[in-house]
Amino acid sequence: MGQKLGMTQIFDQEQGTAIPVTVIELGPSTVTQIKTPNTDGYRAIQVGYHTVKEKKLTQPEKGHLKKANAPNLRHLKEYRVADTSEYELGQSLTVDLFSEGQLVDVRGTSIGRGFAGYQKRHKFSRGPKTHGSKNYRSPGSIGPGSTPGRTYPGTRMAGRMGSQTVTIRKLKVLRVDSERNLILVKGSIPGKSGGLLSITPSNLVGASAN
Amino acid sequence: MNAQEVIRSIEQEQMKDDLPDIYVGDTVRVGVVIQEGGKTRTQPFEGIVIAKRHTGINETITVRRVFQGVGVERVFLLHSPRIRDIKIIRRGKVRRAKLYYLRDRVGKAIRVKERFDRKK
Repeated sequence: MGQKLGMTQIFDQEQGTAIPVTVIELGPSTVTQIKTPNTDGYRAIQVGYHTVKEKKLTQPEKGHLKKANAPNLRHLKEYRVADTSEYELGQSLTVDLFSEGQLVDVRGTSIGRGFAGYQKRHKFSRGPKTHGSKNYRSPGSIGPGSTPGRTYPGTRMAGRMGSQTVTIRKLKVLRVDSERNLILVKGSIPGKSGGLLSITPSNLVGASAN
Repeated sequence: MNAQEVIRSIEQEQMKDDLPDIYVGDTVRVGVVIQEGGKTRTQPFEGIVIAKRHTGINETITVRRVFQGVGVERVFLLHSPRIRDIKIIRRGKVRRAKLYYLRDRVGKAIRVKERFDRKK
């Protein structure tokens, strides 16, 4: 887990091209719980990130973290793993999990747009602005008449846009800085700077078969 | 270290520290690395700097020259590895930050007065 710091560009020294990159501060996160088939019925690790003051946490949260001897962590997230024996409670996970050239999936919360209209939210086309038209940003028809006599569920309409969990898949790691806990990923990722991110090795189709 | 400082330090590693001071109005010769059939060579482009844009790693200059009666403008990303070197041939004396008015001029009117108080 980590947070977005912002975007910049780096140069490919051989090609001479500028590559857009996102700088991500990643970890260090702590393993706070290990789930095994015996105790929970499946294999997973729970990971905590972002140290905060003690008073920021509730008593149940503190009690849970105390079992793992972990610091006061704000965010907890579970990751399914194939083998839990590699991990132990209180273990620190750093950027060293990732290497240059690796493909990763980045998951975050997209920027909230509030109550957005048809054009912004669903890319509807605009009505004419002139020639007596007042049909500027309206949706057009939302369905047939007395048969079926209702609007079908799922019809695209105005509403809240953004603030959704978005995963960007198969982004290339261009640089890993283990001193400052940074990774540089090619391309853009969801959310604003400072947004919480979850980064995993890419979930490739057919990769588990190999 | 906050986010801005981190990003700036990453950019700093990429930036060249041997660039000359370039001012608008200067006549410069830019060595551009080009690839031609597997071979790389440096091609010079000479002209007047008519604009500077952006700062830091994104800094660019627009160089204009009139070649065979046709105005040619090229924008160079100063810190790009494709820019081998930049040589200042002549310092110009101008009163604008952007010399876009040169685009409307032909012949002798394109000339920019030389100034001698800046080092080449």
